[in-house]
Amino acid sequence: MSFQNDSLDPTEEDHPLESVTLRPLGDSAFTIDLAGDMGEEATRRVAQATTLLRTAAESGHIPGLVEVVRALRSVTVHYDPLATRRAVIEASVTEVLAKGAEDVDGVERQWLLPACYDPALAPDLEEAARTLDLSPDEVVARHVGRVFRVHMIGFLPGFPFMGDLPEGLRLPRRAEPRTRVPAGSIAIADRMTAIYPWESPGGWTLIGSCPVPLFSAAWERPALLTAADRVRFEPVSASEVKALAGDYAAGRRDPHDLVEARS
Amino acid sequence: MTALLEILAPGAMTTVQDLGRIGFRGQGVPLAGVLDRVALRLVNALLGNDPGEAVLEVRLTGPRVRVGEAPVRLALGGGVSARVARSGKAVDAAPWTTVTIDPGEILEIRLVDDAMVGLVGIAGGLDLPPVLGSRSTYVRAGIGGLDGRSLAEGDRLRCRVPAPPGADRRLAAPFTLGAGAIRVLPGPQENHFTSEALETVFSAEYEVTKDLDRMGIRLSGPSLAHHPERGAEILSEGMAPGCIQVPGSGQPILVLADGQTVGGYPKPGVVISADLPRLAALRPGDRLRFQAVTLEEAEAALDHLEGRVQEAIASITEDRLVDGYDLEALQSGNLIGGVVDMAQPDHFPGHLEETPPCA
Repeated sequence: MSFQNDSLDPTEEDHPLESVTLRPLGDSAFTIDLAGDMGEEATRRVAQATTLLRTAAESGHIPGLVEVVRALRSVTVHYDPLATRRAVIEASVTEVLAKGAEDVDGVERQWLLPACYDPALAPDLEEAARTLDLSPDEVVARHVGRVFRVHMIGFLPGFPFMGDLPEGLRLPRRAEPRTRVPAGSIAIADRMTAIYPWESPGGWTLIGSCPVPLFSAAWERPALLTAADRVRFEPVSASEVKALAGDYAAGRRDPHDLVEARS
Repeated sequence: MTALLEILAPGAMTTVQDLGRIGFRGQGVPLAGVLDRVALRLVNALLGNDPGEAVLEVRLTGPRVRVGEAPVRLALGGGVSARVARSGKAVDAAPWTTVTIDPGEILEIRLVDDAMVGLVGIAGGLDLPPVLGSRSTYVRAGIGGLDGRSLAEGDRLRCRVPAPPGADRRLAAPFTLGAGAIRVLPGPQENHFTSEALETVFSAEYEVTKDLDRMGIRLSGPSLAHHPERGAEILSEGMAPGCIQVPGSGQPILVLADGQTVGGYPKPGVVISADLPRLAALRPGDRLRFQAVTLEEAEAALDHLEGRVQEAIASITEDRLVDGYDLEALQSGNLIGGVVDMAQPDHFPGHLEETPPCA
């Protein structure tokens, strides 16, 4: 294992955890590449590495480790540079990854989330449809007719990066990012779709709105969705979205009830 | 008797911050907390607090605070001074000292010498519940601190204990962070830039724009070209405070404490831990350069800084009190106040008349 600056070739065959690449992220973190590209296999390997490292850290086998953060095809290890040194923690991490091989067999949940594609809540739907040479209804049908995999939670609290969009729905990010994307916006960009849990700046194409809160510090696990979960969307009307949003805000509904299957 | 701080005026943006929220970045929750961990340790050391106890982070303008029924002791980090109206007179406290405020007294906290940010520690800490393991305020998700927001007029912040007995304390000398170029460890995406761009980012001068908050700072300067084959986007991956990220515009963005947990722009380098505290002090219009260093140099720089912090903590002394007044604090406080007065003569009305001349 060594620090390399070259990204892995996306076409490269899958490789075992003992031959991963480390890249420095300053002097208190490094990123471990686990696959050349995102996707089902990358998500599985990222989950495996994350579990191995967290388990080892919890039992004290990686002194100085602060946090393991998973991404699409990599995990980032944050450490305390006053408690350990890069060379030392790099060796511990390498050893843990090389030893562990067992798969992570967590429960996979599938969610059915209400989604409103009404033009009033989907500012980019018409333009996206024109660019894709589809009707707005066809865009919606392709988004609704798909089970997405949550590949990562990140960017903002609870923000799910989900994929893959079918070929016919792929658009680049907007040239001019919006300064304010409304909370609840359902968005697409390239191969991915997401829901903005908070109002924030953002450059994705907005094609709908979801009234479900995706994060609460009061929940046992604050982010509603977890990497490896599956998600599909169920169209609802603008008035239903409003009613649902009110129910969630008032605590009359619990978003955890939206799990439709476990496996 | 409850020790509390009643916020009469909140300042531009005053938030509760500690070391940040560890363990939730995998759920998209930014670290938050203070960027200047050195100042956090020093103000807490002045008060005998735990090193990571939550403090008030004061940005741009300071708050005005009335102390409740019990005395409160505060510690001032670099960049902040305080003035207490006491028996019709203004008593000043300088950076890197503690100040004990009696019930009912009103305290004005000010940023000195155009400082951007300063920390105010509270003896015994604030009586606020940790949220996801931290008291750091993260405004976007409304968590931590006081109701997940910056302080507002009328807020009442309860302290866990009243001011402990004993004299106020000070560092033997003000603690200053290094000057010169900001040191950066190259990576993780140097290969996404042309060799000219890499040479530029680690040598050219950049200016801090007005686009600056707890999330990050947009810099302005020579444009940085991405490698034509690799481009300006990467698959989103882990970030950390201190990342220099370069979007398609070619203008770098410095990521700070509230920065997003993952990002999709290439990063030519990341500011080393020893220089992270310096980023907290950057103001619009400041000019800076980045300098590439090796991992060994970064680790040596952190060791050096750690040695200085420990020396500073060992240098903490008790003030000499004369009739309850601290002569040294008065004098050094006036030095600071004098500087402010010269710059803004109408800033402290009556100040020059009612305080004795400096030694």
